[in-house]
Amino acid sequence: MSPRKRACTPPRRAVRVNEEATVTLQTNAPGARTDTGPYHEGVVKAFVLAALAWGVIGFMAGDFIAWQLAFPALNLDTPWTTFGRVRPLHTSVVIFAFGGNVLLGTSLYVVQRTSRAALYGGPLLAWIVFWGYQGFLLLAGSGYLMGITQSREYAEPEWYADLYLAVVWLLYLTIFAGTLIKRREPHIYVANWFYLAFIITVALLHLGNNMALPVVLFGGDSWTKSYSFFAGVQDAMTQWWYGHNAVGFFLTAGFLAIMYYFVPKQAQRPVYSYRLSIVHFWALIFLYIWAGPHHLHHTALPDWTQTLGMVFSIMLWMPSWGGMINGLMTLSGAWDKLRTDPVLRFLVVSIAFYGMSTFEGPMMAIKAVNALSHYTDWTVGHVHSGALGWVAFISFGSLYYLVPVLWKRPGLYSVPLVSLHFWIATIGIVLYITAMWVSGIMQGLMWRAYDEMGFLQYSFLESVKAMHPYYVIRATGGLLFVAGALIMVYNLARTIAGSARPAEARPTPAEASAAS
Amino acid sequence: MAGTPEYDPITGRSTTGHEWDGIKELNTPLPVWWVWVFYVCIAWSVLYVVFFPALPLGDRPTEGLLGWHSRTALDTEVARADALFHNDKTARLATLGMDEIMADPDLRAYATRAGAVIFKDNCAPCHQAGGAGTYGFPTLADDEWLWGGTPDDILTTVMHGIRDTENYADTRFNVMPAFDYLSPEDQNTLADYVLATRAGTPPDGPGKTLFEDNCAVCHASTSEGPIPDGNQVMGAPALNNAIWLYKGTKEAIVSQIRAPQNGVMPGWAGRLRDSDIKAVAVYVHGLGGGR
Repeated sequence: MSPRKRACTPPRRAVRVNEEATVTLQTNAPGARTDTGPYHEGVVKAFVLAALAWGVIGFMAGDFIAWQLAFPALNLDTPWTTFGRVRPLHTSVVIFAFGGNVLLGTSLYVVQRTSRAALYGGPLLAWIVFWGYQGFLLLAGSGYLMGITQSREYAEPEWYADLYLAVVWLLYLTIFAGTLIKRREPHIYVANWFYLAFIITVALLHLGNNMALPVVLFGGDSWTKSYSFFAGVQDAMTQWWYGHNAVGFFLTAGFLAIMYYFVPKQAQRPVYSYRLSIVHFWALIFLYIWAGPHHLHHTALPDWTQTLGMVFSIMLWMPSWGGMINGLMTLSGAWDKLRTDPVLRFLVVSIAFYGMSTFEGPMMAIKAVNALSHYTDWTVGHVHSGALGWVAFISFGSLYYLVPVLWKRPGLYSVPLVSLHFWIATIGIVLYITAMWVSGIMQGLMWRAYDEMGFLQYSFLESVKAMHPYYVIRATGGLLFVAGALIMVYNLARTIAGSARPAEARPTPAEASAAS
Repeated sequence: MAGTPEYDPITGRSTTGHEWDGIKELNTPLPVWWVWVFYVCIAWSVLYVVFFPALPLGDRPTEGLLGWHSRTALDTEVARADALFHNDKTARLATLGMDEIMADPDLRAYATRAGAVIFKDNCAPCHQAGGAGTYGFPTLADDEWLWGGTPDDILTTVMHGIRDTENYADTRFNVMPAFDYLSPEDQNTLADYVLATRAGTPPDGPGKTLFEDNCAVCHASTSEGPIPDGNQVMGAPALNNAIWLYKGTKEAIVSQIRAPQNGVMPGWAGRLRDSDIKAVAVYVHGLGGGR
């Protein structure tokens, strides 16, 4: 041990792990080896722009159907604008179009930087994946509005769109895995483990859940229609194996990958714990895949399957929180930056929402809690605290980080506008999820209320009427969230246009590292 | 290539020596509380698996030490609720006649409460909460009845519906014919007469003649000096009051004369249990206008 080392010896436990350290971390700023090699960034720019466009469409579609629930006349009496068709459009656009483009774009950016290798397959393969993926989104989304759906939640596209996506996805896997294989770093960075788990598992889920037989093979007269290969409760279980893991591997693992790159970058601090990242990664992906049955509690699903779905959900709590701890604790020594850096604020608050949702999820998977929460707006609120608070906020943070770097601008056009976006969106989320908590728990309590003669106290109709004020509050929250997204689009468009005001602009990490 | 671990004075940890695009990792051990909560969750899960049906071994899953099963649990709860609340009341509702049910205060109170639940789920979408009624769907909370307001009348209507000819041979049936062969002037005169009868004394004149010639056979209770006071045997509503199925404006009355609407109420026999149908009849009778 050097004298200097002993002078600032931290508590006893730490000494043991520090014994191998021989030099002091000279700077918090990353980038001693930041490599700006010839990476393919044009396609990443395209993914960023696509994410912004789809995001606005998806958020607006969501708020439109939120107003429909409060005021049914807004279904407008046409088949194309009814809740039944616009709702899958909303979910698919926000998950697969907004979230998907953020994931594909950031993964192709991160894998190059952290592997010090340009994309495998070159720009051509990457552009094929970009346009191939946008083509899938248009094919699926336009189908919903025309009423073409296989009626599987989050997997509505019919068989031909599914097959097409499978090809595009395998090309994406080829690029990502190929880039990892030719990396010039000794280890694979943790963000890339999460991205790889996301890509591989989504491929498996997609192929497993969409096993369907097109009716045209059996003399049917529709080219688009297909029926599931599975029947009855097995079909339901397959659907929720997929549905739950779409949340687990698309919206959790994928976005944890984003966290593991952009949080240390923006905070300019090392990741809190290497060991925690390994342990929680493997625990998360091993446990998540079994938790799907909790979506079918108190149904025809056999008791043993419900039991396993519940206990795996409980065991999933700490592995999920491992990501939260690693994300939040990475800010040790950088908490003061939250006051001045609204981009970091987006990232950190997203981790807080992640922690909240991943506590709420296992709790709702407990059968006794689920008996109250199932089929109510509580579920909708839970999903949106994850979707708006975690997925969208971490996406916003990464987009605010990426745009100045990709377009080589000195900074964002306006940092105060980022702050405005942050507050308006946060208030929107709080309105949304508190309204859904109240209305969901109220629904659950109304549905199970008995009078002293043993009769149900409320009809379903009465519970629907009682929801109205909360649906108005929810839709108002959604409106704020949409407004925030429009502010972001304006801010980023001005940034890309080169309108950055240097006086306001805070140095981006890229700039800071260039200066050091 | 593993790099050289560096010491981080802020946390007191060293890094692992890895670095990617400037990102380093601290070599922090797992938080102790995290590890222990994880262990507790796993231990709890193991116990739950031991006590409840869980593992699909062979052709039957493990039963669990508690012997709990969702179907038997449901049966137990239903049996407990039956013993606590329902006893023999459901069976008595199914077998007793309406007069006997109405004469038994306990059973009548029970049927009213049961009927309220049935009504809210099955009837309120058309007849509205509390039987308030709306355009095209009669109000059930007043003492104006199209087909009779005694408990047995109401029971018959609920069982077989109105104009539900597709499903029930015994359905209540009438059709108001279209008086489109009357001249527009006569239709107007007739509507004015109908509106005037609300004042109580129907004035003599062409309106009264038109009413007696065309409408009185259904819409009057007596052929002696007929007034539009309705006829529940025919299912023809009274017209000399403020209660209207299709609005009481002159325009709406003329429209009903020229091109009448004849609503359909579905019957419920065979769709609801007999005890439920009787309960809902008792409930509707008690809404305020039962006779």
